Parts: sequence; structure tokens; C-alpha cells
Amino acid sequence: MNFQISKEPIDIQSVIDKVVQRNAGAITTFIGTVREMTKGKKTLFLIYDAYEAMAVKKLEQIGREIEERWPDSQVAITHRVGRLDITDIAVVIAVSTPHRADAYDANRYAIERIKEIVPIWKKEHWEDGEEWMGNQLETVAYPSGKPEEADLNE
Amino acid sequence: MNKVLFFAHLRDAVGEEFLRLDAAGKSVGELKAELAANYDLPKMDSVMTAVNEEFAQDDEVIQDGDEIAFIPPVSGG
Repeated sequence: MNFQISKEPIDIQSVIDKVVQRNAGAITTFIGTVREMTKGKKTLFLIYDAYEAMAVKKLEQIGREIEERWPDSQVAITHRVGRLDITDIAVVIAVSTPHRADAYDANRYAIERIKEIVPIWKKEHWEDGEEWMGNQLETVAYPSGKPEEADLNE
Repeated sequence: MNKVLFFAHLRDAVGEEFLRLDAAGKSVGELKAELAANYDLPKMDSVMTAVNEEFAQDDEVIQDGDEIAFIPPVSGG
């Protein structure tokens, strides 16, 4: 159960505990939180929704990709769904590896992949309205406007 | 029969979490175009499709019993 969608608040330590291993020299954690101000606009709260069965499969896929790229790594990811208020935790990613550089790199890879292939959506609620948000990628450009087939499935 | 799931803005547009319909023999692209026209769905060119919880291309042919899901650009994390 290293890859989960949770309707309840995420217990950070329980995610970290899943990747504890004797060969690890480092564990990195990424904690994604709900930001109040985006481009000058004030968010009141967010609703996250997921295609849960597929989201878990895609989180598992990301875990396998990381274990192939970074030998002896272990990964755990929990993503929250439902209503989240400002400062609430939306996602926790824990990665353990023998050496620290890999733990940082693999953890960064995980969050970027989540933003590409995991079917989870957020609805922003503002004082003057609400909207489902689209692609939030900040680092990857798709020349065709969407991910290529090879990026999506194994 | 096929279960067809909608998420995010598509769910709002269709007004249902899912539909049950017979899509066997149609391609993913054909079903997508048909539903886009029937429900006046917005921004369908950026919407991906999943068949049985895996991303599928527009030319994949739907089988009886397949679960289809339309996946707008994701915004998790």
C-alpha cells in the first residue's frame, strides 16, 4: 500500500515509514500544500477529485519507473482528495535511496510525473467564482499540446 | 454495455458522473466526437481517454464491457 489516494488528512510520518530501509543513506520527502495566492488571486479553498482506481495504478507506475532509474530506491506516495483549505497537505512523496543526490532527483521526478499522468484534478474556489484547473506543468513542454503515448503508459 | 466516466469540467458539462451506453465497435475517437457533439463538451482536443484504466489512443476499438474514462489535463500535486 505504498501508493494511496486518501480522503482523510495525510499522516506524513506514516508515508516516510514505508520507505525506511537498511540500505538507505537518505530519505527525501516532498509535501505539497495548498497555496493562498496564485498570480495575485486569492484562493479560498480547493476541491481535489480523482479517478481513484486509475490514479493508484499511475502512482504505482511512477514508483516502478523510479525503482528502474534509481537502483535500490523505495517510493511511497499519498495524495489527498476532497476539500482542502489553505496550508493543508495535498500530497506527500517519500523516496529512500543509498545516496542523497538520487533521493532528491527521484523525488522531483515523482512530483513532475504526477502532474503529467495521474488522473487527479483540482477545482479552485475564489471569492468571485470557481474553476477546474487544467495542466499545471511548470517544467515540461509538450510540442503536440499533450503528452505522447510513450509518456503515459509503460 | 459500457460505463463511460467523466471528470472535472466534463462532469459539470454532462451533469453525470458516468453514463451507461453501448459503445462496442466504435473507436475511442468516434465515441469522443459523438459525446462532444451530444453534450456540447468544451476543450475536447486536450482531453485524453482511458480504456480500462490505461491511456488509449483515438484509434483503439472499444469492446463490450470496457470502462471508458475521459481524462481532462490533470492538475494534481
